[in-house]
Amino acid sequence: MSRTLLDKLWDAHEVAFDEENGSLLWVDRHLVHEGSHHAFAKLAERDLPVFAPELTFGVADHYAPTRGRASIADPAIAQMLERLERNTERYGIRLFGLRDPRQGIVHVIGPEQGLTLPGLLVNCGDSHTSTHGAFGALAFGIGATQVAHVLATQTIWQARPKSMRIRIDGMLGPGVTAKDIALHWIAKLGTDGATGHAVEYAGSTVRDLSMEGRMTLCNLSIEGGARFGIVAPDDRTIAYLKGRPFAPDGDDWDRACVAWRELVTDEAARFDREVRIDAADIAPTVTWGTTPEQALPITSTIPDPGTFDGGRARAAREALDYMGLTPGQRLEDIAVDQVFLGSCTNARIEDLRAAAAILKGRSARVPGVVSPGSMLVRAEAEREGLDRIFVEAGLEWVASGCSMCVGMNGDVVAPGKRCASTTNRNFRGRQGKGARTHLMSPVMVAAAAVTGRLTDARALMMEQS
Amino acid sequence: MAGWTTHDGLAAALPQANVDTDQIIPARFMSASRKEGYGDYLFADLREGNDAFPLDRHAGISVLVAGPNFGCGSSREAAVYALIDAGIHVVVAESFAEIFAGNAVNNGLLPARTAEAGAILEALGTETAKVRVDLETRRFLVDDREYGFELSEIWRRKLVNGWDDIDLTLSRTEAIAAYRDARRGQAPWIWPKTAPS
Repeated sequence: MSRTLLDKLWDAHEVAFDEENGSLLWVDRHLVHEGSHHAFAKLAERDLPVFAPELTFGVADHYAPTRGRASIADPAIAQMLERLERNTERYGIRLFGLRDPRQGIVHVIGPEQGLTLPGLLVNCGDSHTSTHGAFGALAFGIGATQVAHVLATQTIWQARPKSMRIRIDGMLGPGVTAKDIALHWIAKLGTDGATGHAVEYAGSTVRDLSMEGRMTLCNLSIEGGARFGIVAPDDRTIAYLKGRPFAPDGDDWDRACVAWRELVTDEAARFDREVRIDAADIAPTVTWGTTPEQALPITSTIPDPGTFDGGRARAAREALDYMGLTPGQRLEDIAVDQVFLGSCTNARIEDLRAAAAILKGRSARVPGVVSPGSMLVRAEAEREGLDRIFVEAGLEWVASGCSMCVGMNGDVVAPGKRCASTTNRNFRGRQGKGARTHLMSPVMVAAAAVTGRLTDARALMMEQS
Repeated sequence: MAGWTTHDGLAAALPQANVDTDQIIPARFMSASRKEGYGDYLFADLREGNDAFPLDRHAGISVLVAGPNFGCGSSREAAVYALIDAGIHVVVAESFAEIFAGNAVNNGLLPARTAEAGAILEALGTETAKVRVDLETRRFLVDDREYGFELSEIWRRKLVNGWDDIDLTLSRTEAIAAYRDARRGQAPWIWPKTAPS
């Protein structure tokens, strides 16, 4: 029988199935962070051990300060980091802690270290765990009760989602990135457009994306309601993983590569839903509202809420009120107060290179922060001299962590201030109380830094060429 | 957690679509331990300086009726803790984000999905209504008008019995161990080699 990649991954992990509870799935990689403290508390309450500490990895990222790590001023932040250290030590879990040179954002360091591999089931108490699906893994975010369950049993109960394929074909235009693909489909289908589905990304455009680009695409799946985003592994995937610290080697590597190449959707397999997108229709895209679906090409104007149906009209009115914008306003006329380059969505080396290419020899008109996705990405960027480009342009080069994406580690956007950001959520208050966030790609954030407003990066790219 | 079958309470409307978990509980409050309680942080930013907010205008609300895609965004279970600690037992909406709905059920909070949520929101307006929710029949009464809601049998049983997944799964330890051993035999590379520290 023909099967989708989702079917193959699901079936391979099913320990048990019953009508009442659904599928009991084996978890190959469990990633925990500071926010997992509730789960560890549940485990301690019941005096349960961690079932497979060798498959569990701790990462300090959500609360990781990006400055002043030697002595953390905020006691709440210090306490969260100490809790993680205590919990991982108590249960024998390897920790990429604040003082580890490999520390970084969980969804950056998993792939970087070769912990993420094709065919694995990856769980983490973070909704952007879908990032790891870029490697042909079944990866999804879970809540604290489920984190405790995985710690205790190395399994998770899950209902099989419906299957959905988003096929993108054709060549992306200049200045158009994986971030734009994601914002484009979310704007088209809505923030709940893929709810209940696992999305497989396919088509020539996806095949042409780098692994970094595929990670960005899978990362944003949850913003369209999909808990899972998957790309079938190929030569590019295998080349990326070869020689990574935790990746297999020797005979294991050879055997793994054979198995990984089987992880494709069969030709005759059927999906519950198919969506087709022409890459030529995708432009550099920015959000204007307070959900990722409220996004448009940079050349657009702010829409009139009256043009939306019922609930969406109300949502648009409320979003414009919060964002301090008016219908008919050109997106390119919107001034920004600051920029942020970072997060599990867009802080890998390729992202930093793309932003630096725009900023090279130019000055930023507004302040901004650049937080690399990991300390190894940071070191590589410094080897390439990217840090000097950012600093000379007037941006701050800081350490790695979730930083300004999540407003819980000291890095926040001030109330009423507008930030051009490479992050994943433009929700009210996401980057700090009263913060106004516009999501976009790294090149677009760099362009906004240079001009002090939302800007079509293609114009700056043409100037350079 | 304690199981339950019926709930009698007071409903209020939050007529907003895409209520995300950052709005339910802003990130800055999440370092608190569960014992400290999260109720005071529920919708903290939406409520500040807004006397008209439904949970402040009316006391004793235990059923919240909201717009579609409730609980989207972060997987933070603290969003559910905040609702429960503020006395909310049931959230009614046309649709829920998946992770939120799972977190809710795992903590005894009912995510009652109904296509009629919009009509209920309209009927409630800025007022409250008495509600009776019945998990057995998957129906609820709002001021004597009856509506149905969707809830999988798995989730219904969990709520009724107060089941904990860990208890359910620990009875299958042998099957899990057998699976682990078979998987290790077939795909040994899944167990990470010891990388340099």
